[in-house]
Amino acid sequence: MAAADDMKGGRSGTAAPPAIELRGISKAFGPVQANWDINLSVPKGTIHGIIGENGAGKSTLMSILYGFYKPDAGEILVNGRPITIADSQTAIRAGIGMVFQHFKLVQNFTVLENVILGVEEGALLRPSLSKARGVLKQLAAEYQLNVDPNATVEDLSVGHQQRVEILKALYRQADILILDEPTGVLTPAEADHLFRILQGLRDEGKTIILITHKLREIMEITDNVSVMRRGEMVASVKTAQTSPEELAELMVGRKVLLNVEKTPARPAALVLEVRDLRLVDDGGVERLRGVSLDIRAGEILGIAGVSGNGQTQLLEILGGYPPKGSRVTGQVRMNGADLPLSGRGCDAGQRRRDGIGHIPEDRQVEGLIMDFAAWENIAFGWQDAPEFNKGWLMDNQAIRRDAEAKMERFDVRPRDAGLAARNFSGGNQQKIVVAREIERNPDLLLIGQPTRGVDIGAIEFIHKQIVALRDAGKAILLVSVELDEILALADRVAVMFDGRIMGERLPGDTTTGELGLLMAGVTDTRDSSANAGGSAHVDELPEGRA
Amino acid sequence: MDKMPKWADVVLTPLISLILAMAISALVILAIGESPREALTTMVEGALGSSYGWGFTLYYATNFIFTGLAVMVAYHAALFNIGGEGQAAMGGLGVALVLLYLPLPHWGLALPAAMVGAAAFGAAWAFIPAILQAKRGSHIVITTIMFNFIAAAALNYVLVNLLRPVGSMDPATARFPEATNLPTLSDIAAGFGMEWGRNTPVNVTFFIALLACLLVWVLVWRTRLGYQIRALGKSEPGAVYAGINPVRITVIAMLISGGLAGLMAINNVMGESERLVLNAVEGAGFIGIAVALMGRNHPLGIFLAALLFGFLYQGGGELALWTSIPRELIVVIQALVILFTGALDNMVRMPLERIFLATRRSKGAAR
Repeated sequence: MAAADDMKGGRSGTAAPPAIELRGISKAFGPVQANWDINLSVPKGTIHGIIGENGAGKSTLMSILYGFYKPDAGEILVNGRPITIADSQTAIRAGIGMVFQHFKLVQNFTVLENVILGVEEGALLRPSLSKARGVLKQLAAEYQLNVDPNATVEDLSVGHQQRVEILKALYRQADILILDEPTGVLTPAEADHLFRILQGLRDEGKTIILITHKLREIMEITDNVSVMRRGEMVASVKTAQTSPEELAELMVGRKVLLNVEKTPARPAALVLEVRDLRLVDDGGVERLRGVSLDIRAGEILGIAGVSGNGQTQLLEILGGYPPKGSRVTGQVRMNGADLPLSGRGCDAGQRRRDGIGHIPEDRQVEGLIMDFAAWENIAFGWQDAPEFNKGWLMDNQAIRRDAEAKMERFDVRPRDAGLAARNFSGGNQQKIVVAREIERNPDLLLIGQPTRGVDIGAIEFIHKQIVALRDAGKAILLVSVELDEILALADRVAVMFDGRIMGERLPGDTTTGELGLLMAGVTDTRDSSANAGGSAHVDELPEGRA
Repeated sequence: MDKMPKWADVVLTPLISLILAMAISALVILAIGESPREALTTMVEGALGSSYGWGFTLYYATNFIFTGLAVMVAYHAALFNIGGEGQAAMGGLGVALVLLYLPLPHWGLALPAAMVGAAAFGAAWAFIPAILQAKRGSHIVITTIMFNFIAAAALNYVLVNLLRPVGSMDPATARFPEATNLPTLSDIAAGFGMEWGRNTPVNVTFFIALLACLLVWVLVWRTRLGYQIRALGKSEPGAVYAGINPVRITVIAMLISGGLAGLMAINNVMGESERLVLNAVEGAGFIGIAVALMGRNHPLGIFLAALLFGFLYQGGGELALWTSIPRELIVVIQALVILFTGALDNMVRMPLERIFLATRRSKGAAR
């Protein structure tokens, strides 16, 4: 990143101090380093994007800025003045307003009542309300922030509720507005309107920080962009000087060199066929838009992509538990037989009996019961297995023996099967899950983020086990946001974006740049990468929601 | 390893809670001009000082074991069943119907039949809130507590209008047939030529309660169903991943819970009053919540906590009988124990945890 420190005021270039400056901010939660030595400078009157994967530390950083968390180290300067933000009141007084991803509105209050909540003047509401009414009218005219002040919040659309949040911040005279994933819940039209509002605010001299993991938004409206990855700020650049594929690469990273020894795959019979798989979630949003893929025995299909583009839903459908309230259509065939996608027969237990193993994306919520001992977790999902049961009772001795053997083979430390899963490190927790699923010798193994939050040593070990399973002639579907991991392990790489497979490449025949473009939603990588630079593709980004 | 030792968790915490509750009770007794010491002596003597006292203490404890186990089983599925009161009341109806309408020649036959009736009625009463929770997400705390009132009203109607013998002024069923009356422990002792607990209501149900403790332990920690219940209770997404059907397990856990609460009727309806009277449960369903909380949702803990509350019930009764401490104050003392051991559990636990952590850290630093 040559341009990393080239961060002058996005628009004016005057010598005014930056609206926000962070110096060496660090924050740890227990053993997890959520933020590490973050430096950030946001010039006044600009829109500054902060982009990164889920869990990269964006929200923690903003919570520090808004006084929810106290940083372990570092300094915050607002308009050049160092301040300590102990709580949100201090932040508001310093002119910082926050629009949360999940709105903090009182549903059965009117817009006006929500706006004055916490800043009522005096015991009687009427004077505050009428003052707010006037201010709101003015703001509405100024920034296209039209909302009926007398409407009850629960009757408003999501987009309007968001405007109320923005109005709340402006009413508190915020000069610096932080928006956390503001478009996650908006329709494309609402998002466009929001962007016009934000541009209007910027033109009036407000400073806006936009947190997102959507590249399109960053390219569309920000002046500068900072990329976070695994708690660190890996780059800060002018938006005009970067490109979506460069940002995508930075987000998923390619620093760690992964060395996996593997021979070329020898694909055999077709194991999994997925045809035109679609999923509409309970909110009516289409999360999968016609996914088709094949996996043969003895090969690893890697699915790359920025998280939140349908990978989770794909794994859940194949694993037998589509999200509650969703509608799934399409066809999934395993070894030639149709798998039910809803109703009876569509459950995770049946999928296991059909020979599908599953290492879920989130081991702490799904893969393990954190309060169960390690040995109990070895039976998790396989509690019906005959060797774990003796008539009515579970054969705890047998499970324990099995757990001890698996922990031995997978080098789980400490080698204490009686210890609760919670007390193992992330890498060792993951080894327990991997041991459980791989040792069942499934025909098809679904793997989601196998090494998220796992130390290097365990990563290497887990990768070896995955390759060994492939060499034993099993089919493997690997979903990971770590591009390196995909490139190191997969025999074929498919890239998902916005619920679709954007394209399939062979790892030896592609570049991270090309995959980055696919991850950003650009399909015709082969033609365009030949004749133009990255940033030219911004206009080609699809209009659909990410 | 960021926890305090198990003995501190299981023994020390409830003990300190109990001492705190007693200290405040003592202050209250002092405030009304009575002697706390005398009050304590009266309670201990009355509840534990004679086989007569023990007979009542164990009788109450039997009730609380059933309702405590009921709360516990639901709790392990992360369901807070506070409908034990209604389920036990309905269990009483089940017992009454079986004993009044089935010709059972001997208590040895009547007991299993009545147990089936009690458990089935209690379970049925838990089924509706369970299915509402599992399918519709109606919160089980709300529905079970409402079902307590419905049960009370329904029983009122049934007793007054349907089951009351013709000509009787008493809203209760007729006496159950003599042959079905359960032997009391004093009967059994007499059979061995011993005199123990004459005229006390504790009966063979006490042994069934002990057996229930064992069976519930086996269920929760040794069977596949128990495994599924605990997994669901810890993490619903995890359970779904593991192929555990949350609807099915929720309903089954509540059926077992309601069945256990219903089984209490074997003790109070079949064993003690030998007919079904109004308000037969007398709050034991609610005490079960405190018993389960204090017993850390483990059958052994529940057994001990049930004994404690049995003691409080019987001792409280003695207190009202022999001292001028008014009955209401006894309720206050019982409430204080519930408050400290149940609701304010964390008030004691958290500082205790901190102390243990601090000593461990200073030990670690010294090394």
